[in-house]
Amino acid sequence: MSGTRIDKRFGELRKQGRAGLVTFLVAGDPDFDTCLECLRTLPENGADIIELGMPFSDPMADGPAIQAGSTRALQNGASMPRTLELLRRFRAEDATTPVVLMGYYNPIYIYGVERFLDDAAEAGVDGLILVDLPPEESDEILPQAQKRGIDFIRLVTPTTDSARLPAILDGASGFLYYVSIAGITGTKAPNTDKVRKSIEALRQHSRLPVAVGFGIRNAEQAGALGLLADGIVVGSALVERIADPETRDGIPGLVAELANALRSQSRKAAS
Amino acid sequence: MSKAPLSNRFDEGPDERGHFGIFGGRFVAETLMPLILDLEKAYDAAKEDESFQQSLRDFSSHYAGRPSPLYFAERLSEHLGGAKVYFKRDELNHTGSHKINNCLGQILLAQRMGKTRIIAETGAGQHGVAVATVCARFNLPCRVYMGAKDITRQKPNVFRMRLLGAEVIAVESGAGTLKDAMNEALRDWVANVENTFYIIGTVAGPHPYPAMVRDFQSVIGKEVREQIIEREGRLPDSLVACIGGGSNALGLFHPFLQDEDVRMFGVEAGGHGLEGDAHSASLSGGTPGVLHGNRTYLLQNGDGQILEGHSISAGLDYPGVGPEHAWLKDSGRVSYVAVGDDEALEAFHLCARLEGILPALEPSHALAHVCKIAPQSSGDHLIVMNLCGRGDKDIFTVAEHSGGMDGVIDS
Repeated sequence: MSGTRIDKRFGELRKQGRAGLVTFLVAGDPDFDTCLECLRTLPENGADIIELGMPFSDPMADGPAIQAGSTRALQNGASMPRTLELLRRFRAEDATTPVVLMGYYNPIYIYGVERFLDDAAEAGVDGLILVDLPPEESDEILPQAQKRGIDFIRLVTPTTDSARLPAILDGASGFLYYVSIAGITGTKAPNTDKVRKSIEALRQHSRLPVAVGFGIRNAEQAGALGLLADGIVVGSALVERIADPETRDGIPGLVAELANALRSQSRKAAS
Repeated sequence: MSKAPLSNRFDEGPDERGHFGIFGGRFVAETLMPLILDLEKAYDAAKEDESFQQSLRDFSSHYAGRPSPLYFAERLSEHLGGAKVYFKRDELNHTGSHKINNCLGQILLAQRMGKTRIIAETGAGQHGVAVATVCARFNLPCRVYMGAKDITRQKPNVFRMRLLGAEVIAVESGAGTLKDAMNEALRDWVANVENTFYIIGTVAGPHPYPAMVRDFQSVIGKEVREQIIEREGRLPDSLVACIGGGSNALGLFHPFLQDEDVRMFGVEAGGHGLEGDAHSASLSGGTPGVLHGNRTYLLQNGDGQILEGHSISAGLDYPGVGPEHAWLKDSGRVSYVAVGDDEALEAFHLCARLEGILPALEPSHALAHVCKIAPQSSGDHLIVMNLCGRGDKDIFTVAEHSGGMDGVIDS
């Protein structure tokens, strides 16, 4: 499936010799229109891939910032149909930036797995990250997603050992999401040495691109980890700025700063 | 979806993937998967290890006070006019509820696994107190997550936990009840994977918790079996227990699931009534979904967002239920009914006045259902109800709903 938006994007990044910037926002946070406006600014400021969180009342793997974002979105009318509508509206204006839907399984299960995959594919989704659906339970959605050309992006964590890795890699496509800390989103800072070792080990087993996320908040961290990975995910640092109009105005600047940190490495690599 | 059928027995679940029919499973973050696989392995080994079982029996007898009595509630039976009602007196256990049965099992397992830190969630505080108790006894640091709203309505238990040396963390997110406390405990666990053992208090969560907690609580039903045969020379006709997550009920029911003549009633919290949202009856008023590591019946809206439950009893105020109950409901083996706040309160007062026992508000729900079925039964019908907790913690809530302390005294 070399034709997917995700594969194409990582192909371009490889040519540029740099890691891509993956930005995360919660769909409908703080409300539908503001979120859509914010989404539009991401690619033009240097985001290479967009992760869109599907709001859930009980986001157990997320820290306070993303939890608050989910709550704001739900209070302002977010739902699965609205999330898909948001994606559709974004996709109508941007045909190339890959969009990955990230979240928890229950809202999909209740929407109906087949119906969700049909509607998400139609809306223009490229991949799925389902936090609470480990390989042990993913057989109820993974084959159906693959059939529609939707990448199933697996999480690899600091607790993943080599015995468990094959099960995680089985069926994984698009890229691998390396969770850089044992913990929840937006809390601890990742340890670069540990991440380096883990990614090196991971590359022994898989040729998929590796994006690193959880706990990356600034350009300095992004730059350091950008030397190791194929993608850098930033979420909480954006989500905690989106509610207040004043801090929200700073999002494009922060995204540009993060993108520059990664792009400057490309120049170094080329020179 | 895995729908590998169980055998035609009701008591052999879950399958090797932790599924009870379509329910149960391991819906957790990848970071936690290696931990729950380790836990499963350690528990399977402990189960077969006679020294572990012996140690658990010793603590159960000499520390917790098992077996708990099976008491013929004669005055209540006379009052209701019909069945003979027995109480399984699990409120007489050390710490005042059935929760200690599970905590002893899990702390011995934690010790065996070399874990050095314990976390737990609690609703009414009964599980939290039992965890704090075993942590003191086994000299392990203990952190209990409790919803901010529950902290307010269950103050005595918060104080008890602190006296026992536990750190009680108020959870402000969501409605500040048990569901939110469980989210926060899972967040702690995922951030402290090296040294921490999570003692889940009910038959829910990812596999192997539902089966493991059930096994530790099954001592209740096993004792009842022996005790009722000794007293009456036969098995009971009906078993009744309240259901929040459902651990006391499964503990009572499980050893009888293959006895087809024994009827079973799981009593959920009907709150202000099933027609509105103000109840915690996931089985009677919910739909299947995925939360806290397992698929089960949940209170949720049409978008798959989890709703806040309501019950006068903090211990039943949970929008989910153990997956084995979900399966027992769909298979028709157990009848699940709901009892409202007012009926539970009425049963509380009845039990206090007729039997000299203050039941917790949780088993007061079970008692309210006993009050419905006993008068319709013949005099030789034997009902065993699990009186799973004592009501001392609830006296202020009861006073508030009964016209204040003075109102109760003068009535």
